[in-house]
Amino acid sequence: MSAYSYLTAQEIPTLVERLAPHFEQVLVPTEQKGVKESVIFAPWTKGSPISLAKATVPPKAAVFPKCETLFSYKIEKDTQDAPKLTLNPEIYAPKTLIFAARPCDALGLNILDRPFLQSHYVDPYYAAKRDKLCVVTLTCPSGCENCFCHWVGIGPAATQGADIVLTAIKSGYVAQAMTQKGQELLEKCAFKDGTDKVPEVNQARKAAWESLKPAPDLSQIHSTLAQSFADLDFWTQETQACLSCGACTYFCPTCYCFTITDEGDAQSPQGGQRLRSQDNCMAQLYTREASGHNPRPNKALRMRNRVTHKYMTYKETWGAFACSGCGRCIQHCPVGLDIRAILLAAIARTTNTPDMQGGK
Amino acid sequence: MSDVTTKELRIVGFLCNWCSYGGADTAGVARAKQPTDLRIIRVPCSGRVDPLFIVRALFLGADGVLVSGCHPRDCHYSTGNFYARRRLEVLKQFLPILGIDSRRFEYTWVSASEGQRWQHVVTTFTEQIHSLGAAPKFMDVEPKEFKLGARVSTPILPLGAGQDQPLKELKTAIKEALPKLEVVIGWQQGRDPLHAVPLFMRKAEDVDKLIWGPCNVHNVATYLREYQGHKVGLVLKACDARSVIELLQENLASREDLTLFSLPCQGTFDYGRVEQCIGRYTQLSDVQFTQSAATVMVDGTSKTLPYAEYMQSKCLRCTSRLPKLVDISFGTDPTEDAKDARESAESLPPELALVESLSLEERMAFWRASMERCIRCGACRNSCPMCICRDHCISDTRDPHFMTQADTFLEKLFFQVIHALHLAGRCTECGECQRSCPLGIPILALRQKLNRIISELFAGYQAGSDPSQVPPLLCYAVEEPKIKEREW
Ligand code: SF4
Ligand code: SF4
Ligand code: SF4
Ligand code: SF4
Repeated sequence: MSAYSYLTAQEIPTLVERLAPHFEQVLVPTEQKGVKESVIFAPWTKGSPISLAKATVPPKAAVFPKCETLFSYKIEKDTQDAPKLTLNPEIYAPKTLIFAARPCDALGLNILDRPFLQSHYVDPYYAAKRDKLCVVTLTCPSGCENCFCHWVGIGPAATQGADIVLTAIKSGYVAQAMTQKGQELLEKCAFKDGTDKVPEVNQARKAAWESLKPAPDLSQIHSTLAQSFADLDFWTQETQACLSCGACTYFCPTCYCFTITDEGDAQSPQGGQRLRSQDNCMAQLYTREASGHNPRPNKALRMRNRVTHKYMTYKETWGAFACSGCGRCIQHCPVGLDIRAILLAAIARTTNTPDMQGGK
Repeated sequence: MSDVTTKELRIVGFLCNWCSYGGADTAGVARAKQPTDLRIIRVPCSGRVDPLFIVRALFLGADGVLVSGCHPRDCHYSTGNFYARRRLEVLKQFLPILGIDSRRFEYTWVSASEGQRWQHVVTTFTEQIHSLGAAPKFMDVEPKEFKLGARVSTPILPLGAGQDQPLKELKTAIKEALPKLEVVIGWQQGRDPLHAVPLFMRKAEDVDKLIWGPCNVHNVATYLREYQGHKVGLVLKACDARSVIELLQENLASREDLTLFSLPCQGTFDYGRVEQCIGRYTQLSDVQFTQSAATVMVDGTSKTLPYAEYMQSKCLRCTSRLPKLVDISFGTDPTEDAKDARESAESLPPELALVESLSLEERMAFWRASMERCIRCGACRNSCPMCICRDHCISDTRDPHFMTQADTFLEKLFFQVIHALHLAGRCTECGECQRSCPLGIPILALRQKLNRIISELFAGYQAGSDPSQVPPLLCYAVEEPKIKEREW
């Protein structure tokens, strides 16, 4: 069977319906009311509305939840013996489909994979979820005001990290299988063959690319940042407006800092849980040590950490950026702090500082 | 319906060690018959009872909470219960906005010798809780969303783009003042001509970037906490100025350090609405401000943003456009012409109107649905000009352990309660918390409610209107004319 299926716009819910039986959980972009519109990935049940808008919150939590229980523990008294401690590891990993993520969301998952799966230790909690995850992306019809995926090596029609890629064309959507898993699923869904629509798909993807403003060259940004690393005035200047809230990291599809806490009393009837929760490097508390010493005592140093981790250290370790260019950090920052502007300022700074020219 | 012999309910009592705890003891020694539902927690003073303890107990499943301290004028620490009375009354009136019946919480006074009175109090309260029955649990209500109603249709003061304001004169004044100041904080254009970001002016050429108009949403008073003890200037909208005044009231800023600049404000955008109108775009240009609307070219299509529709709801209700206490301002204040239009300012803001229109159970469902999508990003807290604990927020500390890391809507709602209660009598209703929430959660309703309770209880008090006033929860009165205490 061909890798392409064709469906009309009305058949989007049908596609989800036909995919759903193969999963324990299907996460679809869902519109939320409130004082402003937002879209989150929420569990789908038959008949629930599906938004095809770019989500406010990336689907990262499917593999790296806001908070997960690593294990629960309990101490029970024993009249004959010493108190008995029991530990129960818990790995919650339902078979999950993420539907209509954007290319930047899917790339985000690939970025998370490296530290969680490819370093010395494989993270069993992440691995279990990732293993059972299937991703359907929807390519973007155009760029948007805040995103800059083409700066970091992908683009509005990128297919990385997706099992199936959906592209909107005039008469509906074409679903393209990208992996074996995706191919099998699409076959089971039994939509019309979409091979004849491929030229239209290519055209739509080309149009999306053409809507973008030209991107600066970030191929040397890691060394540019290395040169700016010690320039505290630079970081202070760029970070002035920051409120240290952390929204930029919590809304980021690639940030993976976490904290581990014990909640609950081991000796209580309910016992306690060891939780792992998303944390953020923009908070003072994140690096405060037990002694009270804080290696990143001010917001400029924390911003430096965030930016250099994304475009320098992660790149040095893994050969890619820890940023998928989704622009959510810009969009959701209460003061509109723009990470793109920091990169450009770093580039401008090195080109304008004669003694720094020519690299390290 | 007051059958105390039915199944026990869970009632938590916070009793002052010096009086009510002794009173309970006296009753016990006298073998006075009492219901057994109450679980007592001994505290050194009713003033030690943080209202958050009570909310926590109710969130965790208590069916009722009772606080009992020494009679007013009889506090072991002389004034603890005077403070407690204000706080606890505010809390009692606040509970319903969360969906909790205010009769589930009472506070009263029992001295150590009043064994009989204690018996009466505990019996009456227990009967009251039994007549209410077991408290409905947040966990049991289905989340439900509700749509906000319409906003005030006409603004109290005319809206506009402020483009005709004497910005040039303001810039000259800032440049003149700059040598004596470390920084002057205002706004500059952000990522496109429809978005502004805070501007930190340190050199004369920075001042040229200053803009004035409807994109200047941020409350720059929020930065004051970082500049304590430094000589700084702030460019303020009238609503931002209230935050500065509140900081002065609390001695968190000193007037000598501040140079305040202002122009008459004519409203700022509600970006939730603006984004909905302009949608996703790659190119935005040609922003034009006319008398009644802004127009903008978005990817080749022209869009119009009538001010009455696209400005923040606080601006429709705003009654003071030029702050009084600033050092340097230009232009005239239109406020005086609009005295008779106050009425609509007294109508409820849309967030609060929505929650108040719901039944208690619907409110629980509403908060559940709303808070479930909170991702605990902290933007609401950090953008609040009055959140001054900064890196020592009790929601982060492990000792005391007010909050767990568990990602449940109840924990997240509790976080909002912490924020709201810590802002009680201090919140200037600038709306930054809600504006900053990327998920559009109507958290401002909690603050709006508290402000109205406080204004009602304390002679129309409004935070941030007079630098010499003491915030009402930081002081007390021996006689509280507006606090009606329980008769029993
Ligand atoms: S979202 Fe903005 S204000 Fe908040 S920490 Fe990130 S850069 Fe700072
Ligand atoms: S509330 Fe008043 S002062 Fe504040 S932005 Fe709106 S119109 Fe301006
Ligand atoms: S609680 Fe919200 S409305 Fe009140 S002062 Fe803080 S940010 Fe402004
Ligand atoms: S800003 Fe919104 S999402 Fe973020 S912590 Fe506050 S309520 Fe939650």
